[in-house]
Amino acid sequence: MEIVRPTTLDDALAARDALPGADLLAGGTDLMVEVNFHHREPEHVIALRRVSEIAGWEGRRIGAGVTWTRMEKGPLRALAQLSRTVGSPQIRNAGTIGGNIGTASPAGDGLPYLAALDAEIEVASAGRGVRRLRWDEFLVGVKQTALRPDEIIIAAILPEVMPVAEEFAKVGVRNAMVISTVSACVMRMPDSTWRIALGSVAPTVIRARRAEELLGTTAAPRGSLLAEVADAVAAEVRPITDHRATEAYRRHASGVLVRRLVGRCAA
Amino acid sequence: MTGTTVKVPVRGGVGESTMRPDGIPKVTGNFAFASDLYADGMLWGATRRSPVAHGRIRRVDIGAALAMPGVVAVLTQADTAGRRTFGLEEADQPVLAAGAVRFWGEPIAVVAAHDPDTARRAAAAIGVDIEELPPLSDPEVAVEQGSVVRHIRIRRGEPDASGAVVVEGYYEVGQQDQAPLGTEAGLAIPDGEGGVDLWAVSQWLHADHEQIHLSLGVAPDQVRCHPVGVGGAFGSREDMSMHIHLCMLALRTGRPVKMVYDRAESFTGHVHRHPARMWYRHEANEDGALVKVEAKIILDGGAYASTTSAVIANAAYFAVGPYRVDNVSVDGYGARTNNPPAGAMRGFGAVQACFGHESQMDRLAARLEMDPLELRRRNALGSGDPNATTGQIIEGSLPTVRVIDELAAIPVPDPADPADVRNRPGGTGLTTDPGDIRRGIGYALSIKNLAFSEAFDDSCEASVILTPMGAEVRTAACEVGQGLAMVCQQIARTALGLNHVAVVFTDTSEIGSAGSTSASRQTQMTGGAVLKACEELRDRILTEHGGDDLTDDGVVRGGEVVATLAELCASGPIEHRVVFRHPETFSTDENGQGAPHADFAVAAHRAVVDVDPELGLVRVVRVDTAQDVGTALNPMSIRGQIEGGIMQGLGLAVMEELVLDEGRMLNANFTDYLLPTFADAPDVECRLVEEPGLWGPFGAKGVGEPPTISSTPAVVAAIRDATGLELIRAPVRPEHIVLP
Repeated sequence: MEIVRPTTLDDALAARDALPGADLLAGGTDLMVEVNFHHREPEHVIALRRVSEIAGWEGRRIGAGVTWTRMEKGPLRALAQLSRTVGSPQIRNAGTIGGNIGTASPAGDGLPYLAALDAEIEVASAGRGVRRLRWDEFLVGVKQTALRPDEIIIAAILPEVMPVAEEFAKVGVRNAMVISTVSACVMRMPDSTWRIALGSVAPTVIRARRAEELLGTTAAPRGSLLAEVADAVAAEVRPITDHRATEAYRRHASGVLVRRLVGRCAA
Repeated sequence: MTGTTVKVPVRGGVGESTMRPDGIPKVTGNFAFASDLYADGMLWGATRRSPVAHGRIRRVDIGAALAMPGVVAVLTQADTAGRRTFGLEEADQPVLAAGAVRFWGEPIAVVAAHDPDTARRAAAAIGVDIEELPPLSDPEVAVEQGSVVRHIRIRRGEPDASGAVVVEGYYEVGQQDQAPLGTEAGLAIPDGEGGVDLWAVSQWLHADHEQIHLSLGVAPDQVRCHPVGVGGAFGSREDMSMHIHLCMLALRTGRPVKMVYDRAESFTGHVHRHPARMWYRHEANEDGALVKVEAKIILDGGAYASTTSAVIANAAYFAVGPYRVDNVSVDGYGARTNNPPAGAMRGFGAVQACFGHESQMDRLAARLEMDPLELRRRNALGSGDPNATTGQIIEGSLPTVRVIDELAAIPVPDPADPADVRNRPGGTGLTTDPGDIRRGIGYALSIKNLAFSEAFDDSCEASVILTPMGAEVRTAACEVGQGLAMVCQQIARTALGLNHVAVVFTDTSEIGSAGSTSASRQTQMTGGAVLKACEELRDRILTEHGGDDLTDDGVVRGGEVVATLAELCASGPIEHRVVFRHPETFSTDENGQGAPHADFAVAAHRAVVDVDPELGLVRVVRVDTAQDVGTALNPMSIRGQIEGGIMQGLGLAVMEELVLDEGRMLNANFTDYLLPTFADAPDVECRLVEEPGLWGPFGAKGVGEPPTISSTPAVVAAIRDATGLELIRAPVRPEHIVLP
């Protein structure tokens, strides 16, 4: 196994160009698990931690190398909430938002936040330069992305208009260090519209559009509307039954979580 | 030399919370575990396992693997020189499968190569052609078909006896794994004369030794099993895993061979707790007095016998719990299926039965509108009573009423601060607001046999050697992290009156068997052997030298030292070796009646849980306990066993389960086999109830298993209390609460 350790983005992109099959390593909290399980035997690894251009976080631009620990202590409420649910402190010190996006697990803890915001993913390659894809253009299937073999994820780009209220919650069977069985992020925007995104209930993170429509611009939904929203979410998620939870439970919990988060975000 | 001496009590003797000698090395990372073993020139082993739960092996082609650079040997069953099977109670498990595979992950071939990666690739390159057959994965079907390792039948009293109140229930317990943090690891080194030395994780070196030399086809003295650092056991090291494979590879290659299972292979490479299905019927009088208990218990033993016959016996003998009842009927079946083999795990059959009988006692209490502890107190089994199942008179202490009363006396503290999300169901997942929480309280009692049962000759050898420095205790018992070295030190210090005691764990060629580190037995058994050896050695020395005391200064007579330790050892260290046995136990008759057990311990648990019923999430807030410990030899260490055992019991109550699909494990990893973390840990207050036992050293009783047994049903009872649901299955999953 050969490891390239670039210190600049140009060098990283050049290495990526020269080794299109190489595995990208940031915090290693996903890649090394696959290596340890022998699911992946990398021949070439490009280690990105020394690339300063992707390590920064300025305003709406969160560099791909920003760790969960930094986001946990950052100013964005729901992003901080979800970051705290990732693994253990050691994992949070190593794992990055870019890695979460690149792995594209339906259970990726950071993804509901990006989906709710309609965030963009910025990628770059040596040959074609920089391009941006909306989250749903980038995340195309279970652990499948639109990243091309010569590209590297550079940053998550948040929108100009940010929510006035945002809340995240995640259901797991254990109180820490657990893969979500359902996660949800709910936002109330300045124009009083709502954003609802869920993880672990479909092949990719999804938006609950029907529920968003039901909420319309109701600033403080109550009673029967909340119940309708919960039902709509339960109906529009597309979960599976696996060893972590049943489909029926995931539908139910999706509705409950969203209802509670809408309540927390209400004016 | 003579001189006066003032008697100073030993430090670090019995009853003190001494530090364990292996403690600091372990917490500072300096302790060598089996995975740290190394020998110059060693090869690495790997195992090829069955990809199916049941099938006929048509062909095993080792050619491609053997041809790989760096591969030194590939062995199959044809290379087994001696007995081709092994097993603790019945040698029914192939060392390497040939002809048929009977469980997913069964070893078919082993490889030795220059490095671990090459070994693993070579194992994968072995061509295995298997005709897949439908697996027998349902233990009830297995029992119907007569695929049973052991049926134990208990009939006591009048079958027609009846009570005014009847409660029936069906219960299930899922498959728990011991999940020791240290995976299986070992190193075998050939001695150049046809024999082999093995260092591999174990709970019982002599049982390994006997099975290994038989399968290698060499003389007993050509195999030596050595003690090694074990990173947790909980029963999983009682059966061998890689042991024979390593020795075969070492003898074939003439080189040291090391193996370390990774986490996934560890899950397939050791036995697990038996999953259970249980049908219960309790009849009682209006005043709560039990009249009759009927039970049928099916434990799934998986593909091979392992210890299933003893585990199902335990489940049946303790099917009623620590209660008096004159009319009992129990049928226990240890089923043989194509699921992964089940064997020993902390609690050993009593865990499953306890979930059944305690669920029933709560149902009965609810029916009678009686306080659940009061119902238990009214029926409590005590010293002098006959055990409800076997009729065996309990001869030693059995403070069932006291553990109930001591538990009840522990105050229920105020709710934890709900402002801290870690105290709520769902924790940092932020699922749950304070208003979503309902609190519940549940109780459970348990009884467990201590040491080996059913006429097994439970002998235990130990030696003590007096040197000019002090004393050295020698034993082949396995220290698996439970604190045996420490307790042997304490016993020897107190018994000899000497401060300087070293404990040396030796190999099988140097000393006789200490028996297994299981069944809560080593404090009583090896501890008992050490006490006997020390007392006899002290008496011998004092008699020879006319002394009236032994101290660090030497033999003392009338306050004067008459012989120093150096003088006592002038012609060499003085060794005294003993074999210790507990009171004889007996097989039961065709009705399960008799005296199969050597000693008993009881425990009581109270769990307080916070439940978010709408999401099915549970936070176990507290688990308090009172436990019958005989005499507390080391209170701090007992507390450690209790807290750890409660964590394991909590795990079975709310999250730990191996999920199988037609015999295949779906979660053989720590991502999805969830163990409780510290964020899930309850506060624990424990009361040690000390009524000295019959024969343990200084009245001590084993303490390792009881904390795990009744903590599970107590937690589930608390969840029932919070939700009003029946909850017939452990572990309780969120969907059981949300969508019952």
